[in-house]
Amino acid sequence: MKALGTPEVRELSYAEAIREALDIALDRDDRVFLMGEDIGVYGGAFQVTGDLVEKHGPDRVMDTPISELGGAGVAVGAAMTGMKPIFEFQFADFAALAMEQIANQAAKARFMLGGSVSVPVVMRFPAGSGTGAAAQHSQSIEAWLGHVPGLKVVQPSVPEDAKGLVLAALEDSDPVMIFEHKILYKMKGHVPAGYYTTPIGKAAVRRTGANLTIVATSVMVWRAIEAAETLAAEGIDAEVVDLRSIRPMDRETVLESVRKTGRLICVYEGVKTLGVGAEVSAMVAESDAFDFLDAPIVRLGGADSPIPYNPQLEKAVVPQVSDILVAARDLTGGRI
Amino acid sequence: MPVEVIMPKVDMDMATGTVMVWHIAEGAKVERGEPLLDIETDKAAMEIEAPHSGILRHPLAVGSEVPIGKAIAWLYAEGEVVGPTPNETVPPTDVSVPAASPDPAPKATAPAASDDGLRATPLARKIAAENGIDLVGVRGTGPRGRICKADVLAAKGKLPFSAAEPMPAGTGPSASPAEPAAHTILQMFQGRDYEEVTLDGMRRTVATRLTEAKQTIPHFYLRREVEVDALLALRGEVNEGLAPRGIRLTVNDFIIRACAVALQRVPEANAAWAGDRILHFARSDLSVAVAVKGGIFTPVIRDADLKPLSAISAEMKALGMKARDRKLMPVDCTGGAFSISNLGMFGVDEFDAIVNPPQGAILAVGAGRKRMVVGEDEEARAATTMRLTLSVDHRMIDGALGADLLGAIVAGLERPMALLG
Amino acid sequence: MPETNIPYVIRAYRPSALKEALMKMYLIRKFEEGAEESYMRGLIHGTMHLSIGQEASAVGSCMALTDEDKITSTHRGHGHCIAKGADLGRMFAEFFGKETGYCRGRGGSMHIADPSKGNLGANGIVGGGFPIAVGAALSAKKLGTGAVTICFFGDGAGNEGAFHESLNIAAIWKLPVVFVCENNGYGMSTSTERSTAVKRIADRATSYSMPGAIVDGNDFNAVTEAVDASVAWARAREGPSLVEARTYRLRGHSKSDRNRYRTREEITQWMERDPIPRFADLLIAHKVITRKAVRDLEDAAAKTIAEAIEFASASPDPRVEEATKYVYAERVPA
Repeated sequence: MKALGTPEVRELSYAEAIREALDIALDRDDRVFLMGEDIGVYGGAFQVTGDLVEKHGPDRVMDTPISELGGAGVAVGAAMTGMKPIFEFQFADFAALAMEQIANQAAKARFMLGGSVSVPVVMRFPAGSGTGAAAQHSQSIEAWLGHVPGLKVVQPSVPEDAKGLVLAALEDSDPVMIFEHKILYKMKGHVPAGYYTTPIGKAAVRRTGANLTIVATSVMVWRAIEAAETLAAEGIDAEVVDLRSIRPMDRETVLESVRKTGRLICVYEGVKTLGVGAEVSAMVAESDAFDFLDAPIVRLGGADSPIPYNPQLEKAVVPQVSDILVAARDLTGGRI
Repeated sequence: MPVEVIMPKVDMDMATGTVMVWHIAEGAKVERGEPLLDIETDKAAMEIEAPHSGILRHPLAVGSEVPIGKAIAWLYAEGEVVGPTPNETVPPTDVSVPAASPDPAPKATAPAASDDGLRATPLARKIAAENGIDLVGVRGTGPRGRICKADVLAAKGKLPFSAAEPMPAGTGPSASPAEPAAHTILQMFQGRDYEEVTLDGMRRTVATRLTEAKQTIPHFYLRREVEVDALLALRGEVNEGLAPRGIRLTVNDFIIRACAVALQRVPEANAAWAGDRILHFARSDLSVAVAVKGGIFTPVIRDADLKPLSAISAEMKALGMKARDRKLMPVDCTGGAFSISNLGMFGVDEFDAIVNPPQGAILAVGAGRKRMVVGEDEEARAATTMRLTLSVDHRMIDGALGADLLGAIVAGLERPMALLG
Repeated sequence: MPETNIPYVIRAYRPSALKEALMKMYLIRKFEEGAEESYMRGLIHGTMHLSIGQEASAVGSCMALTDEDKITSTHRGHGHCIAKGADLGRMFAEFFGKETGYCRGRGGSMHIADPSKGNLGANGIVGGGFPIAVGAALSAKKLGTGAVTICFFGDGAGNEGAFHESLNIAAIWKLPVVFVCENNGYGMSTSTERSTAVKRIADRATSYSMPGAIVDGNDFNAVTEAVDASVAWARAREGPSLVEARTYRLRGHSKSDRNRYRTREEITQWMERDPIPRFADLLIAHKVITRKAVRDLEDAAAKTIAEAIEFASASPDPRVEEATKYVYAERVPA
């Protein structure tokens, strides 16, 4: 018999939280299995799957050949025929090799077939810069996939959500793409024990504030919070909205915040041009919240550049706390 | 590159100028040195010559009041492509530094400049529209010189509006989100004859401002009765003397003067609320409610403490006429830390007014009536008295301070000779 | 007649199954002709890829399959659909973009699918079906259903990267999938000689340690014998295999094809090898059916197609307000 009471709250790293979610999912549902390159005995390039293969065996924690298109496509086919595969890309960048199966097959199958099939596949993408892995191992490509109707795209920023979103993705009958930031993997945070889900398509207000809304994704949520603390000391009260899901996007939470604060900065690591911030900005500009804007909208996104190798350059091409501070002070004119 | 024509500074303390007339039509050619336009400052009108030869583009609308240094038109070379918005020059992006930060953003203090001379945030435009505020002349302090909410609110604080408007319970104009929707109200009166009156800008302003004021300002009220026989007698004498000059002082002029002097004697009460601070003013700037058909305006008499009664009277008369003709400019209603609302002429004995934010207090004046009073000598006698109610914003002015102010006003009215000084 | 001289299909299948197979081949032929005519009458607004001439490989490959078994198909997929038991009326309705179509008018010619019959769908992407077929086979293995998946693909798709990755994965995991290559000689206008290094695509099976066979794709008996063997191999958990069926499309690649890359003589030659009369003759020779009965079958097929077109024409269009329905399982906020 299960013990009653409040759920246990422990500190886990982001990677451990995902592993716990995968472990729970494998225990709960025979249809769930994991696929990916070196996710078995090696434990995954970022040790997310860790020792799951020892507990669940190589038939459920399956090493694939280095075949992103084939591997992802097999996961799609398995999902169409009754299984719930979770496919891990070793690096998000490698998804380019599998775009055909993601964008043309997984995303469109339900629609093309008039609703007669589902593709409940989950794909995980270790993404982002900050590890010195250079241009082909550091991209934030969530906006590529965010542009594809039929997919759902989430970006957990905290361990609790990393676990909850994996489990939510498995309950979803549409393909869910989970972008995990590589430099968050070691970050610790409280993670409830047991089974729970974090809603897909719902943003989280990480900090409430009256003067400025900072909509952020993934690791940028942390930079936004850090900036907000500094701004608070200057009398600028920033609200930080963690988007969590870029498709579907939680329109109402963003608009509500902007209606309240009248100012919007959108911070995201993906390339600024045609990116998540463009969508958030347009969403606000097209809505009634526009009339509440008391300053131009600011996007802080990645430079129009591949991620460089040199650590100084690598930092320079993605938004940092200082960029958020500069933008916030500029928007508020140091005067609220 | 087009050359900008700015609002030139033509006089020492000129802050803004108004475009009065363009001598050159948009799209026409002008030679350097030719008369281009006339401007008007608060002191004088002035002809401005073209600073450069070229084709006139994007001239600011006649009547626009703009800060000095701000672009009011552009001169293009012949054949030059006319851009949509010849804004301030944006520094080129430094390509050697990967730009993860926002677009090169001029400092918040950069002067506003654009083709229509007006950059305002959507919120500022919304508030301005709701309150019938003309954004021309409102100084922008937001990012890139935009007019933002704070700027409009600052301008709004000086706008036509009176706290003295009595608000019958239950019929207050819509401003509170908790209010029932219009259709609910319409249902309540179904079958009854009524006429719907659309809210105009002034009515909307009055509605929102007063609702906000009554709900957010911690009011308290101080009452006194003042004997005005001496004042009435003095007024009669003085008016006799002034009659040849066509001046006739009203009781209200005395009240204005009394309040102006009182605010000098109790300077801590000459205050405005600025959110995180209180402003204490050196001079007595008073808003005086003027009832007009369909509403109310509160033009400001500035430096009333420095002005003699005759000057106050003349100014009040002029402002009253402008108000009735609906010709008051925002600048006429700007400023003021104290308001006076007099409903005595309507036979009202006494009433409580609503503080006019961000001001510290408002004086409500009732009608002068013959009443029995008991004097110091414990003898009952007849006297003409007026009942005064001072409504006070407790955030700035505490009870004792408010009492001091009301006392000073009463003292002035009861010893009116001092008001003549 | 000695047992060994009797063709495989005569030995392996009952007359009723063989007559049904012949009927399906006629239905495919009449379906394609009906589609072509509907196109010319302006009833169909997209393009289409007709499989006239390839009926034997479609029907022959599916002989040993049940509704539990899966297929993935190609852009030239009408034949596979019909072979796997699709309803002609719903197919035409899809063609005409109607709500009663297999995809409720959202898919059209290139996406007809019938999951209830194990048909996971045609595919607009050359090679798009490879990994999906392997995934379906992986599901079958994991779920222990014993089902086999046939992955139809063309000679052109063999040169896609997905071919390599999918055959390799199927082989290392020993998945129950049969890759059936319908080699009709051309990827659009480019002949296999110009596009493909090996002369026989079946030879590529060696690279993945799986059996590979090559057959006359216009010979129903040969196709069925080879694919049935592969299906049996898969059901016996021996893993994947590859069958190359040499065939020919008698029509152009699509409706925009002007046939500039092949000669009239070549087309005429292949018309003489038309798989349908060949199969009919085989059945008549082995007394499975009379010539009169064959004509009756053909007439019945034509009638079925006419009724299907009738059904499709009378069907309602999907509602414009529902243009984006089925993008997600449930509506998500815009």
